Amino acid sequence: MKFEKEMTCIVCPNGCKLEVIQNDSIIVKNALCPKGEEYARNEMLNPVRNLTSTIRVLNGRLPLVSVRSSKPVPKGKLTEMIKILSEIDVEAPVEFHQIVVKDILGTGVDIIATREVLRDYIK
Amino acid sequence: MIIDRNVVIIGAGPAGLAAAVELSKSGVDGVVVLEREPYEGGILNQCIHDGFGVIKFNEVLTGPEYARRYIDEANKLGIEIKKNSTVISMSKDKEITVLSPEGLLVYKTKAVILAMGCRERTRGALSIPGARPVGVFTAGVAQNLVNIKNIMIGKQVVILGSGDIGLIMARRLTLEGVKVIAVVEKMPYSNGLARNVTQCLEDYGIPLMLSHTVVNIEGKERLKSVTIAKVDDNGEPIPRTNKKIECDTLILSVGLIPENELSSGAGVELDELTQGAIVDENLQTSIEGVFACGNVLHVHDLVDHVSSEAEKAARSVITYLNNSYKDHDNILVKAGDGIRYVIPHTISGKKDVTFSMRVDRQWSNIKLCFKNGSNLIKSFNYKRLSPSEMVVVNLKGTDLKDIDGLEVSIDEV
Repeated sequence: MKFEKEMTCIVCPNGCKLEVIQNDSIIVKNALCPKGEEYARNEMLNPVRNLTSTIRVLNGRLPLVSVRSSKPVPKGKLTEMIKILSEIDVEAPVEFHQIVVKDILGTGVDIIATREVLRDYIK
Repeated sequence: MIIDRNVVIIGAGPAGLAAAVELSKSGVDGVVVLEREPYEGGILNQCIHDGFGVIKFNEVLTGPEYARRYIDEANKLGIEIKKNSTVISMSKDKEITVLSPEGLLVYKTKAVILAMGCRERTRGALSIPGARPVGVFTAGVAQNLVNIKNIMIGKQVVILGSGDIGLIMARRLTLEGVKVIAVVEKMPYSNGLARNVTQCLEDYGIPLMLSHTVVNIEGKERLKSVTIAKVDDNGEPIPRTNKKIECDTLILSVGLIPENELSSGAGVELDELTQGAIVDENLQTSIEGVFACGNVLHVHDLVDHVSSEAEKAARSVITYLNNSYKDHDNILVKAGDGIRYVIPHTISGKKDVTFSMRVDRQWSNIKLCFKNGSNLIKSFNYKRLSPSEMVVVNLKGTDLKDIDGLEVSIDEV
């Protein structure tokens, strides 16, 4: 079955308007780079996104630490993952790129801190 | 207390940090970066989403990670960054007064790099009629509250304006369990990057209502609803298209303004259109030895371009410190048909120049032309150009030789 779709590539700021034709194979048109072709293929087969959010910090100089997934995760699992992150907290100090959740939902992807949060002055 | 320095950089955001690193790497000493916040990194700290660094590092980084690259490098180079230090005035003789934890300090310096960034347009600037309830936030303030301070701003949100921060916040709030009812945009096109419309709105089924605006705000203590209406080609609301949307929060993502109070105070000439300084090809302002880069010069959509511009300003400062170039650039650069503004404002015709510009509306299949009178110097083809995407073009000094004027314009093919 032939299937055609237009999509905007989200890999870089160029935002290429891709044309994707799925037949026996997947053909991607209008991509300025190979990353765009890979993106379009993934969108058809298994769409993935980078997850970014925050986690509560205990005894830190800041109440939150920003985090991201170490690799892109399946788009369909984002909401469930964010819910997990909303239910946990991490004790300061938090180091840059410290793993805060290992192997989230068994995907093999870790959630890592994207900044450092030092311990509160008073404690 | 008066402190002597070679270079004072105002602001330790992406522009200030990149400029400091570039100066220090080239062996310039006596550099100080003044930052009013307790942390370096500027607005990047609250931009926890990814998409930064694709051009500069060929990697996808989050805002804090992008900042960290420069902070680490600055620390390694031993650059002096004074935090919690607010510049309260600057004079045309380059005396800079700072309110710091040690009290009032005055810096005397040979060169200044302005890197204060920008701030957001507010409800006041738009003059939206209606009540004055709690629940109206600019997108950056909302982002700061949610991402840094752990304060949720509402449960049902309407976003006015489709600037990138608004789009990013639409996704962020949705993932945090907030209902984002719609993004309302006055123009017939989005003001954000195409990829942000895709990954922030379309991914989550958030409607983007183009050619619509908010015409009234209702609610006594907390916001209760907003009224939206369709607008005509002139941006005027069309009668009888009003629609009330129940919500408790309105987020405004309606543009950024370079923050130039300090610059004007010193007598730096500003461009009415960009609200940033008027600069030559070295990014020097109307005051000798005062340079500007990043969002305080003109609003960028990509931090990668901010860093590059700051590095350029730093290299100009090095030339300035070495021999105090006196030959003032005098060839005017004019924004012609289809171009809203172009930076720099003047060039010498002797050097390679990086031009940054924005178009005035959406264009497709066009030529971007550089002309001296009726003489075409150089042209570039584009499939599409949008006001939301800054255009950066490099021209060689050899292309610009012997010209007496330069106009950038759009020609339809």
